[in-house]
Amino acid sequence: MATPKISIRGLKKRFGSKIVLDGVDLDIGVAESVVVIGGSGTGKSVLLKCILGLLEPEDGSIKIDGQEVVGMRGREREAINTKFGMLFQSAALFDSMRVWENVAFGLIAAQKLPKAEAKKIAIEKLGQVGLPPQTGELYPAELSGGMKKRVGLARAIATQPEIIFFDEPTTGLDPIMSDVINDLIVECVHVLGASALSITHDMASCRKIANRVAMLYQGKIIWDGPVAQIDHSNNPFVDQFIHGRAEGPIRMQIPV
Amino acid sequence: MNPLATIGRFAIAFLQRIGAVAFFASRAVSHCVRPPFYLRHVGLQMMEIGYYSLPVVGMTALFTGMVLALQSYTGFARFSAEGAVATVVVVSITRELGPVIAGLMVAGRIGASMAAEIGTMRVTEQIDALHTLSTNPMKYLVAPRIIAGAAMLPLLVLVADIIGVFGGYIVGVYKLDFNAGTYLKQTFDYLEVMDVVSGLVKASVFGFIISLMGCYHGYNSDGGAQGVGRATTNAVVSASILILVFNYGITEIFFSGR
Repeated sequence: MATPKISIRGLKKRFGSKIVLDGVDLDIGVAESVVVIGGSGTGKSVLLKCILGLLEPEDGSIKIDGQEVVGMRGREREAINTKFGMLFQSAALFDSMRVWENVAFGLIAAQKLPKAEAKKIAIEKLGQVGLPPQTGELYPAELSGGMKKRVGLARAIATQPEIIFFDEPTTGLDPIMSDVINDLIVECVHVLGASALSITHDMASCRKIANRVAMLYQGKIIWDGPVAQIDHSNNPFVDQFIHGRAEGPIRMQIPV
Repeated sequence: MNPLATIGRFAIAFLQRIGAVAFFASRAVSHCVRPPFYLRHVGLQMMEIGYYSLPVVGMTALFTGMVLALQSYTGFARFSAEGAVATVVVVSITRELGPVIAGLMVAGRIGASMAAEIGTMRVTEQIDALHTLSTNPMKYLVAPRIIAGAAMLPLLVLVADIIGVFGGYIVGVYKLDFNAGTYLKQTFDYLEVMDVVSGLVKASVFGFIISLMGCYHGYNSDGGAQGVGRATTNAVVSASILILVFNYGITEIFFSGR
């Protein structure tokens, strides 16, 4: 088997006495789209932040293209980050900049493209996510939630990343806009031939964008399989989650 | 509750905070001196800190100079030393009041806005977004502000010194009936280079402190809107206190030998 794009082994992360990740093992293959599902507060975002290098795990290994990135800093880390694109939950657009400057940011910062050229690519990417060129001149505050997500997606794909992360891409959108964003995600990932790792608790979104699904519960991946098999997992935890039942083995933990 | 344990916890928390700030400061400074430099951002911050603070600092300096002349006149009249007003005004302004007042005003204006801006970027994940776009936020957000703060405050204080002395001159000449020429002569006769230089050194340190506190509290803010509010308050309060503490320290270094 070829080297997976991302390979996570025994990843552990805790905050104070609260153990969030307790030995996560997960592989993401080349051009594969993996969706991690799990309830709120199960550490999905923490997993993502560990891979991105925003959080330092206590133990375990994360390999990107076979290269260990845990403990990596400075220039090396920045070089690895050029392989990444990320769509944030709240889109996280820079509100001091115009939309096109947001999309072109990675091109100018990482690839040192001249401004005019970066703007051209940015407008092109905006077109790819269904936004007209005029949108480029607006500021993020002037956009609706769905448009922000689109701009965030355009920014994530602008640098032609090899791996794209989606943090709850459909949270806060109406069902139709969610589906539009899901379609765009599938299309963009396909066009780029990139690997994708998404976290979500929206099952409709999960079924649409995933090749493979992994479920995170109590700090571990408790089930991992092709999206087609998710309805026949014979795993009571997964069943409860995908059908959204309050009754079952998963008890919502109320933090004290 | 064990009182000793409480004291101990406070002490540890205090030391931890000092350590965190020192670590943040050393990282920030190291990014100030290593490329790449975001010169456009340094320029923008210089405008914000230097140019746009001029009205606020100018007004406070003017009235400080004026009241200083008035107060020292009435005070010194008690032992017939009215003649010293001009000297008192210029020395107080250049050594102490110019840098401290400009520092405190800028701490309120700039420290707060830095903490709010960077804090909002933190809680809306914009700082994380910078990371994923191969841009180091310490270099992109913090370093330009530190450089601009340390560079612009001395210029601002130089202007404040001039306006403050001018304020004293207005009150001295038009209200207290000093002779204009005598007042100016007294102003410059007893002024030493060191008075001004020490003030400018203070100003640079204060500028550094203001930017550092604004960035540190913003960068480490959490908990949404409330957290950003807390960061803003902490930035202004801690910068103001540190300015007064360092003001004493620097004065000690410059003038304790004399």
